Amino acid sequence: MTALAKSSENTAVVKPRNRATFAVTLVALAALLVVCSTAGLALGSVHVPPAEVWGIVTHALGADWTEPTWTRARETIVLDVRGPRVLLGAVTGAGLAVVGTALQALVRNPLAEPYLLGASSGASLGAVAVIVFGSSFFGTVSLSAAAFAGALGALVLVYAAARTGGRITSMRLVLAGVAVASVLNALLNLLLLTTDNGNEARTVLAWTMGGLGGVSWGSLRLPGLALLLGIAVLMVQAPNLNLLLAGEEAAATMGLDVARFRARMFVLVSLVTGVLVAAAGPIGFVGLMLPHIVRLLVGGDHRRVLPAAALGGASFLILSDIVARTVTAPEEIPVGVLTALCGGPFFLWLMRRDARKKAGGPA
Amino acid sequence: MTGAELRVEGVTLTAGTRRLVHDVTLTAHPGETIGLVGPNGSGKSSLLRAVYRVLRPEAGTVRVDGADAWSLPPRRLARTLAAVVQDAPSGLDLSVREVVAMGRTPHKRLLSGDTFEDAAAIEAALASVDAVALADRPFDRLSGGERRRVLIARALAQDPSLLVLDEPTNHLDIRHQLEVLTVLRRLPATVLVALHDLNLAAHYCDRLYVLRDGGVVASGPPHEVLTPRLLAEVYEVAAEVAVHPRTGRPQVTFLPADGPSPGAEG
Repeated sequence: MTALAKSSENTAVVKPRNRATFAVTLVALAALLVVCSTAGLALGSVHVPPAEVWGIVTHALGADWTEPTWTRARETIVLDVRGPRVLLGAVTGAGLAVVGTALQALVRNPLAEPYLLGASSGASLGAVAVIVFGSSFFGTVSLSAAAFAGALGALVLVYAAARTGGRITSMRLVLAGVAVASVLNALLNLLLLTTDNGNEARTVLAWTMGGLGGVSWGSLRLPGLALLLGIAVLMVQAPNLNLLLAGEEAAATMGLDVARFRARMFVLVSLVTGVLVAAAGPIGFVGLMLPHIVRLLVGGDHRRVLPAAALGGASFLILSDIVARTVTAPEEIPVGVLTALCGGPFFLWLMRRDARKKAGGPA
Repeated sequence: MTGAELRVEGVTLTAGTRRLVHDVTLTAHPGETIGLVGPNGSGKSSLLRAVYRVLRPEAGTVRVDGADAWSLPPRRLARTLAAVVQDAPSGLDLSVREVVAMGRTPHKRLLSGDTFEDAAAIEAALASVDAVALADRPFDRLSGGERRRVLIARALAQDPSLLVLDEPTNHLDIRHQLEVLTVLRRLPATVLVALHDLNLAAHYCDRLYVLRDGGVVASGPPHEVLTPRLLAEVYEVAAEVAVHPRTGRPQVTFLPADGPSPGAEG
């Protein structure tokens, strides 16, 4: 007994994760989201002071505690130009973070995320195919449906290719993801190069780098619904996601039908990914980084990781978008380029940490 | 919870074209501790996997308290049967207590929080494998032996009436080997356990089944099963079996073929 007590004292970090700490973390993340959203509405070519942003927003929501002192132009900028953009950033960031969290549990690999597993590429190809071939019924719904189908196809392909004898190694998973994504991207480029409509191709090419520009209130409905559905289902299934951490066989002995559960969750993850990609283009690494950062804060229990990742992901993408559209103003950087700039090094760090854990960690 | 009855009847298991287990029949009466012994590759793990419902039998049935384990809904079976498997888990930042809490999952409805009953079951499980001091540590940072004890605690938290364990004493030091097996033996649950160490099996099990090449070659109480002839036949080593004066249990001593002093060959 004394030996045990001593060894636990020697452990460097014992993560605090009681209920109060978790609540505080969640409130802090929510506050961060409010700050980021305000900044997203305030910053840009026309600077609107935060107080005025709040005046405009609360006024639009029906609160009459302030007299409108701002110009119509500023109201339009905050509500109709930046508003939908900030909201799409929040929805996309939250969705990608939640989907990444789920995928990491589903394939039992810390390097999983929709972009690296080819799901985003599949979704892009599906969406672009609809734009190029089916311009007659061009619309958000058919676009999203095709993106969903593409994401699901890519995900199943990568999973099947990476799995041998019931196991998936990080190396095979990443290689399969890269290979499938390369083929899908090549097909996408082929489609764009051979299409007759040059203008459309240019628009689509910009979209494939991931961006939140040019969004309107109307086009937010579908991504919003997909996010709510995704979070709701995953929160209900959080205990089952936890079980997968114990290993597939162990999860089965605790009452989980692993194959069926994984198939259902793949469909859900593809649906959310597809709809988000259709709206904002493929944006990488949000789904990789946020779950890991959040786990450092709240531990690994999915009932805590999912809401925290959603809040963190929303803030992260709003912030990235602010940088993307202000740093080289009046030109915009695609936000996907920016997340890749942060995410690539993070991926390398994660890969090395993972390898160190396997090599030098306790047996 | 009391022990369940396990009846394995005529079970045959294959992997592709390879036959892992052939026509095995095994019974565990309520409350018994049944040991599964045999050399590497004799089919112990495969047979256990058929019982805890991961490897579907080609032929034969697995019945738990009369019900076909393979046609029960997974959650229903998980309320009766818990297992400690050889699979290597990835903790992904879970604490020890959170890992043990997983064992409560089949007893809970989705979305329901942790009840007082859950918390009590978790603490009791931790205490019975001497892991209370580990409760708040990250699972990923434990040693192999500590992890094994935590996984056993997880199975105990599941409150099973049939407990299936694949080499639960692997990686454990002697003291914890004995402690874990004592805990298992005292459980009211029926226990089916694969063990490498014949002396531990002889000491802690009510009956043994000896497997070789996927078939049962002997079964019965340890003193009937563990004979020099059987050990020579199954393990292909010479052995002496004595009854230990204090425990009254059979004790196996292996005699290496090349004799005690190689220098004597001269």
